[in-house]
Amino acid sequence: MTSVSLSRVLRAQMLKEWRQLGRQFGATLTPLLFFAVVVALFPLSTQPSPERLATIAGPVVWVAALLSAMLALQTLFRSDYDDGSLQLMALSPTPLWLQVWAKQFAHWTTSGLPLVLLGPVAGYSLNLPAEANLTLVLALLLGTLSLSALGAMGAALTVGLGQGGLLFSVLVLPLMVPTLILGARATELAGAGLSASGALNVLAAITLLTATLTPFATAAALRVSLE
Amino acid sequence: MNWFYRMSSPPHFYRWAGAAIPWVLWPAVALGIVAAYLGLVRAPQDYQMGDTVRIMYVHVPSAWLSLMSYSSMAVAAAIGWIWRMKLAHAVAAAIAPAGASLTFLALVTGAIWGKPTWGTYWVWDARLTSELVLLFLFMGVILLRNAYEDRPQGDRAAAILTIVGVVNVPIIHFSVKWWNTLHQTASVSVTGKSGIDASLLWPLLLMMLAFTLYLVALVLMRTRNEVLRREQRKRWVIELVSS
Repeated sequence: MTSVSLSRVLRAQMLKEWRQLGRQFGATLTPLLFFAVVVALFPLSTQPSPERLATIAGPVVWVAALLSAMLALQTLFRSDYDDGSLQLMALSPTPLWLQVWAKQFAHWTTSGLPLVLLGPVAGYSLNLPAEANLTLVLALLLGTLSLSALGAMGAALTVGLGQGGLLFSVLVLPLMVPTLILGARATELAGAGLSASGALNVLAAITLLTATLTPFATAAALRVSLE
Repeated sequence: MNWFYRMSSPPHFYRWAGAAIPWVLWPAVALGIVAAYLGLVRAPQDYQMGDTVRIMYVHVPSAWLSLMSYSSMAVAAAIGWIWRMKLAHAVAAAIAPAGASLTFLALVTGAIWGKPTWGTYWVWDARLTSELVLLFLFMGVILLRNAYEDRPQGDRAAAILTIVGVVNVPIIHFSVKWWNTLHQTASVSVTGKSGIDASLLWPLLLMMLAFTLYLVALVLMRTRNEVLRREQRKRWVIELVSS
């Protein structure tokens, strides 16, 4: 019997996630490519004057990050559900919420973390002031963690449904509104040369709340899907 | 506790609710008529808004009840989840469309009221946006419940979403408050002095009571239907229908 140890679960999930990245490189890359394409759509659909782009840079990066997270997360539990690993996870003596947490964190390192690194590049292309880059990275770091936690819950609720893709978005997007608002707000404030610490603090609070509490809801939802 | 257990029996609830509905519905209708007369005919015009102010008698009760119905749905969902009580899930399922309609009504009456007083049907203000998100949450709960073919499974999935949503509603509200806000602050206060005159306040309070009673009656009726639909293969329903 395995002991209840976060580090062991985390290591196993990390290994699995990174092996999958090696095997299905394209599938993991698609959400990042999607992020880049969505960001590129905005300058194409408006007059790409530098001042105009600078005013929309924050919102565009955030909406693109949110959409990319949706794409990456909606099938988070799908393969585990299909091949029966989810049954084993639920039967294991290690609490399911702990495994859920480890899984979503491991998945975040391949889906959320690259977005954090891509953020400044997208910001640069949209003429976001260079001073705002640190804030953008910090906000994306916090925000993508919270998006992963909420997305995992939505994925768990819809994993048992044949085609839950659209439903997933309808369920999860309203819950992601606070993260979007505060993340975009922090970026906007920093872009205008103001202090973004207020927005960042609240964003950090939301991230802590979602990242620590949703794994319980996600685990409960997975058990419902397995019924 | 005894009452609680007896209530969780669907046939007992069906009979009890059938007897209780007239006692809630008729006072709601009577109060509604009185409140509509007082508010639409007797109450004076507002010195700034004129007769427009009277849409308040629909807008405020529906906005208030939209939040009330979401929290009641969450309580019902939590009871259903914790005690695995089928009736509580039926209540939650009965509240969802009623709450969604009230949220929609609050948004529409707010838009109609907003045009003459603020000069616009819609602004991305904190209250309006959170009410819109509330509507999406209601829709999500309804869709998720219907997406499952297995009813108990759909109930439990919807319960999780409802409970997560109830934690999120205040967070959404406070996060959207980061923008400057156009909507006036609440003029009706339970503890302090209310910001509106008694001649306008009394009809409003009566109307809120009427709306609340009406919602209770509606939920009781809808829950009865829900119970019949869910128990349609049970003997008591077959006997009830064939008698």
